[in-house]
Amino acid sequence: MSDQIGTLDRVSEFIVRVHLEGPLTLSEEVGIGKDRLTAEVISLGKETATVQVYEDTTGLRPGDPVFGSGHPLSAVLGPGLLGNVFDGIQRPLDALKERAGRFIRRGVHVSPLNTRRRWEFEPQAEQGDSVSAGDLLGSVQETPLIQHRILVPPGLSGELAELAEEGAYTIEDRIAVIKDAQGKEHPVTMQQRWHIRRPRPILKRLSPGVPLITGQRVIDTFFPVAKGGAAAIPGGFGTGKTVIQHALAQWSDADIIIYIGCGERGNEMTEVLEEFPELNDPWSGHPLMERTLLIANTSDMPVSARESSIYTGVTMAEYYRDQGYDVALMADSTSRWAQALREISGRLGEMPVEEGYPAYLAARLSAFYERAGRIKTLGNREGSITLIGAVSPPGGDFSEPVTRHTQRFTRSWWALDRDLAHKRHFPAIDWISSYSLHIDPISEWWKSEVAEDWNDLRRQAMAVLHEESGLQQLVQLVGPDALSEDQQWTLAGARLLREGFLQQNALHPVDAYAVPEKQVKLLRCFVRIHRLGSDLLKEGISLDRIRNALDISGLIRLRNEISNGELEKLDQRADEAVRQLKDLQGKFESKEEGSEEAETKETSETEPSSSKKEGS
Amino acid sequence: MNPLSVREYIGADRLEGPILIIEGAGDARYRELAEVIGPDGSIRLGQVLEVSRKRAVVQLFAESHGLNPPDLRIRFRGHPLLAPVGREMLGRTFDGMGRPMDDLPAPIPEDRVDVNGAALNPAARNYPRNHIETGISAIDGMNTLVRGQKLPIFSGNGLPHNDIAAQIARQARVGGEEDFAIIFAAMGVSHDTAEGFRRSLEESGAIHQAALFLNLADDPAVERIITPRAALSLAEFLAFQHEMHILVILTDMTNYGEALREISNRRGEVPTRKGFPGYLYSDLAQIYERCGRVQGCDGSITIMPILTMPNDDITHPIPDLTGYITEGQIVLSRDLNRKGIYPPINVLPSLSRLMKDGIGEGETRDDHQDLSNQLYAAYSEVQNAREMAQIIGEEDLPERDRHYLRFGEAFENRFLTQERSEAREMSETLDLGWKVLSLLPKKELTRVSEADIEAHYPEDREGTGE
Repeated sequence: MSDQIGTLDRVSEFIVRVHLEGPLTLSEEVGIGKDRLTAEVISLGKETATVQVYEDTTGLRPGDPVFGSGHPLSAVLGPGLLGNVFDGIQRPLDALKERAGRFIRRGVHVSPLNTRRRWEFEPQAEQGDSVSAGDLLGSVQETPLIQHRILVPPGLSGELAELAEEGAYTIEDRIAVIKDAQGKEHPVTMQQRWHIRRPRPILKRLSPGVPLITGQRVIDTFFPVAKGGAAAIPGGFGTGKTVIQHALAQWSDADIIIYIGCGERGNEMTEVLEEFPELNDPWSGHPLMERTLLIANTSDMPVSARESSIYTGVTMAEYYRDQGYDVALMADSTSRWAQALREISGRLGEMPVEEGYPAYLAARLSAFYERAGRIKTLGNREGSITLIGAVSPPGGDFSEPVTRHTQRFTRSWWALDRDLAHKRHFPAIDWISSYSLHIDPISEWWKSEVAEDWNDLRRQAMAVLHEESGLQQLVQLVGPDALSEDQQWTLAGARLLREGFLQQNALHPVDAYAVPEKQVKLLRCFVRIHRLGSDLLKEGISLDRIRNALDISGLIRLRNEISNGELEKLDQRADEAVRQLKDLQGKFESKEEGSEEAETKETSETEPSSSKKEGS
Repeated sequence: MNPLSVREYIGADRLEGPILIIEGAGDARYRELAEVIGPDGSIRLGQVLEVSRKRAVVQLFAESHGLNPPDLRIRFRGHPLLAPVGREMLGRTFDGMGRPMDDLPAPIPEDRVDVNGAALNPAARNYPRNHIETGISAIDGMNTLVRGQKLPIFSGNGLPHNDIAAQIARQARVGGEEDFAIIFAAMGVSHDTAEGFRRSLEESGAIHQAALFLNLADDPAVERIITPRAALSLAEFLAFQHEMHILVILTDMTNYGEALREISNRRGEVPTRKGFPGYLYSDLAQIYERCGRVQGCDGSITIMPILTMPNDDITHPIPDLTGYITEGQIVLSRDLNRKGIYPPINVLPSLSRLMKDGIGEGETRDDHQDLSNQLYAAYSEVQNAREMAQIIGEEDLPERDRHYLRFGEAFENRFLTQERSEAREMSETLDLGWKVLSLLPKKELTRVSEADIEAHYPEDREGTGE
């Protein structure tokens, strides 16, 4: 980045116009003024260019020099990304702090990756091999948890003319030379640049089939997201978007977590920065930071860098995906990104369409979510990116453009509800309006890996919850006593499900994370109790007797009391509750086990139709 | 400040409200401070909004009535608008631009800083973890304020938000006497409000550890853009240079937002919801995010913005965007106020996001989190029970709902309600919480552990609330 290619013509906040004196290309990274503030060309004419500046432009004036770089605005990819925290234009915040102090100063240039650190490179190819993009050259142990695979960069193929021996190298050292078909030699280092707005090439897309296990019951069991899927969490302020995103970052069974704090609170980012190094990954026992990288554009940082932060993050996700990893990317919040888009569009004087948003809002959103997917990489490995975007609708109004468009492009929809949040029902995911389109492919996985009856259980539980929501409206009109005993039992069953299963305390040491087995056992316990109660009612046993036989608050506390490691206790407690109910019948549970199965099958089939009747 | 960088232009070309256009001033810098000098020698301050080779666009922070563009002299100062800061500013009163208005000589500043501040590096922050005891149960017990937090009060016209803010300012215990200070920034509030606040600080003796920045209802609206920034510049200096604990009260952010809308409108920008500019979120964030704690420094800035929701509408852009930036909100309720309950804090929509890390063992008490969760859950049941009672009458309610009605009464009249001068100790608040909870049968308490019930629930008085 060196040649002066023009001078400033006009400055209006973060949009500047450049009078050109040299060559420039669209999307090229440029340096503005003596401090060479990072900027990107967003429109280009013969004599002038319009440029978006990613740093504070205070003090710029017409006539200030503008420098070209010869490359598009890119992410620098290589070992050393993990465990780091970057701003929206990939400046490492720790290095910035050392260089510039507490406040983010403009014009401070720090290399995105540590160029002095030496990595133990282990070659995994042979000199003379014929290689093409995506092929493995070697690897370095980036963190104790993650082996960083050094691949032939996209667009390059030929003969491996030279490959470094095992040893310690910096990311700037040459580790290979590839001779292409024309005989031209291309040196390869462990780092590469990639234009953040261009998706990295893949071999082909695969269909998602394995769930991302998050340990959050309402998500995994009711509204799962597949590895390679896209999910959205819309919700007004105070509904707990960030808590859910943090929990997902902490507990998901992805290999790599990328967390983008996009236009959000500074203290929240600090919380992540302070907590993640202390927390251990439940899957490996290693510190979470060994598999995590963070991008922080807090709401007081320049708005244009908010727009780029999303792209920087997803480019890094693709880079690890190409190495054959399952990556989960959390973006909190995509609405701030969309608003940054709106602000930039407004400064450019573009014609707004709805609520001030530019006409290309939907196209940008869909292009972003399409970067999710389970794929076959160029090097024939399998990798995936799961995108989870928080959406912050103004006034909690889901009909606004960003929420509406996001819904079109995502397949898991976790709608947060303010009333639930006010009742301190967390996570405040509304089970009536949320959905997942991943259930069919995923249920195979649950069937073979966890429990045969997974889908039946979740369907039966959902039927009870749906029936309850219809009944609640009735209760509002006539009071609970006007309901039949059968209906009152549905309310009780739904309460068990709501408080004992759907609610999950992210701060509780036992409850914060539930393994799939715990989820199924807990759900089976509640569904069994509810079914049995319904049967008892049919046999003429009064609701009061059933209620008195059960310790409802004890059942609700099961989620807090029984840890993932002692699930047999959960079965015991469930059996105990069932026995107490059966005692009402005057039967012995041991010899009636078989007939209970038969009965429950019957009820499960009649339930959905009866709930339909009630609902109408 | 290099005197050589000062340039002066004679005569401006156009004036549209607070927007001044100077042709030929192509050497102005973006956001440079401009002094606009009238024919009578009066000086108005402004800053450069946009500059091209042909002209500069300057936004004035003062009324422009009676000015004639060709008669003006414009002096560009070579630096952005700077706020004088220093410890001597405590005990003093300033106008909305930060100029002294108490007839005393101007305090000698220790430094001058860009009023707009700069973004704090999240890697240089310290996560807030120490609670502030305000002496108000609804806050301490249910929405604990934490040092370094930004927690707004969402209010409505005619509700006692100013009384609550003043009470917090008087009672809040953050660190020792010496290193605690209050900075009060008023934007477009009435003389009475500002005077009431000043008197309250005076009576409690806190006035010597307070600085007041007053842009009153009859002061120019454009000045309001600077008022919170001048106040926060001082707060940052005192917190991060002098390691003091600063509580900043900003009132009323609705007036601030409206001033921003007015200027945006003058500039012909594309409006979004209710005519507010698209950058309202970023602009508010640049104010609110100036709170917090930083590494290697003992000081802290806690911000309590107050805003009156137009029409009590929490989805209005100002409360809505504020809620997205701040770490929770304290919401006042007109219903509670009508019932004569002070402070009329509706705890259900209220929230303190940082509470979880500022309470518990070592900070407050180990049962605090669960207790407050239980109180929340129970109070939200009260709303259901009350709705039901209106339909079918209290007598016909199931026993469970009648328990909740009794709990609701006690919660509002005994837990929430307190005197304007009453400062409750944290332990008193928590004990009171358990007392009102004991109006409910034990089996209703699913959010608290058996052990806590054992320890705190008055066993022999189940269902009495005594």
